[in-house]
Amino acid sequence: MVAEQERLRRTMMFVPGNNPSMVKDAGIYGADSIMFDLEDAVSLAEKDAARNLVYEALQTQDYGTAELVVRINGADTNFYTNDIKAMVKAGIDVIRLPKTESAAMIQQLEQDVLAAEKEFGRPIGSTHLMAAIESAKGVLNAPAIAAASSRMIGIALSAEDYTTDMKTHRYPDGAELEFARNMVLHAARAAGIAAFDTVFTDMNDTEGFYRETRYIHQLGFDGKSLVNPRQIPMVNQVYAPTHSEIDHAKSVLQAIQQAHAQGSGVAALDGQMIDRPVALRAQRVMKLAQASHIVDEEGNYLEK
Amino acid sequence: MEIKTTAVAGTVESSDIQIMLSAGHQGIQIELESDVEKVFGAQIRQTITTTLQQLGLSQVNVKAVDKGALDCVIKARTITAAQRACQTTDTPAWEVL
Repeated sequence: MVAEQERLRRTMMFVPGNNPSMVKDAGIYGADSIMFDLEDAVSLAEKDAARNLVYEALQTQDYGTAELVVRINGADTNFYTNDIKAMVKAGIDVIRLPKTESAAMIQQLEQDVLAAEKEFGRPIGSTHLMAAIESAKGVLNAPAIAAASSRMIGIALSAEDYTTDMKTHRYPDGAELEFARNMVLHAARAAGIAAFDTVFTDMNDTEGFYRETRYIHQLGFDGKSLVNPRQIPMVNQVYAPTHSEIDHAKSVLQAIQQAHAQGSGVAALDGQMIDRPVALRAQRVMKLAQASHIVDEEGNYLEK
Repeated sequence: MEIKTTAVAGTVESSDIQIMLSAGHQGIQIELESDVEKVFGAQIRQTITTTLQQLGLSQVNVKAVDKGALDCVIKARTITAAQRACQTTDTPAWEVL
């Protein structure tokens, strides 16, 4: 009944790839994932500089336990091939493909990544992939994109390009993103990978940021893409479980342990059988509680 | 590699270093401007020199304006400037990165 250890991906922080001070400091904010951007945050004339900078930083900087992601330039650019080679050689955890519109684009990326892994002697399959969905076509093909490769770890909605493609723009209530969010989320869940919500760029609208984060948390997103480190504790706060959720999770896990110790295959709590979804949710709650520094590794409450 | 043109990489923003390379004929000559020259000057010069040597460049004039860059930034900017000067940006020497 123990599920495979699933990684927490509440926060994916964008870091402009050609900015040495931000690249250097990216590890200190406690983001679950750090996404170095070689694409939109870098001007055409500096693509080579950003690639080299991120490459060298990955060789020497300590980013702790954060998952390291790089957003490469699209396959329709001259930078795509060298971006892949450099990042695979650097041993990046995840390559994020922008403007993904079809499963074929991911399959092509997989081939290119595989070739680079062979060229530079990296373990085959060690480079994971994720797709950014930024158009109507991408949203409609999201299920196929999410399932396009066993290397896929997640898909993300990018609302700026998407809303432009839809002939609208972003509104505070997010109604224009409802379909896309649910498509991306369902595609991710059906494929067993992570779903990332889009960025929220108005740093002055704290209330709006909390509202949107609570909403996507309710829908079931793993987390959110972020443009500012100040947003990390805000997302983590929304994702932190309550004490009653933690207490319940602990009882569930204890009941399972007891059942195991007694050699019983079926665990029960308060007369109710604990089935797999309940056990999985309890594990996730404890993991979130630990990551939120509410409990220690053994599940004991930490004093604030 | 051979220097074909004068090239610059990097900025003068905090934590960065701007490196300008041009063809020379007296080995690797480095003109360094840095607020931390007294403490880190030798190390910065060493990083630039080693990187250029790894790229196979031995006759280079270097002008560097350092704003407190880490070694990895110095190396990255030197590589970028060298690739631009040698016009090999699209075909990097992967083995020396």
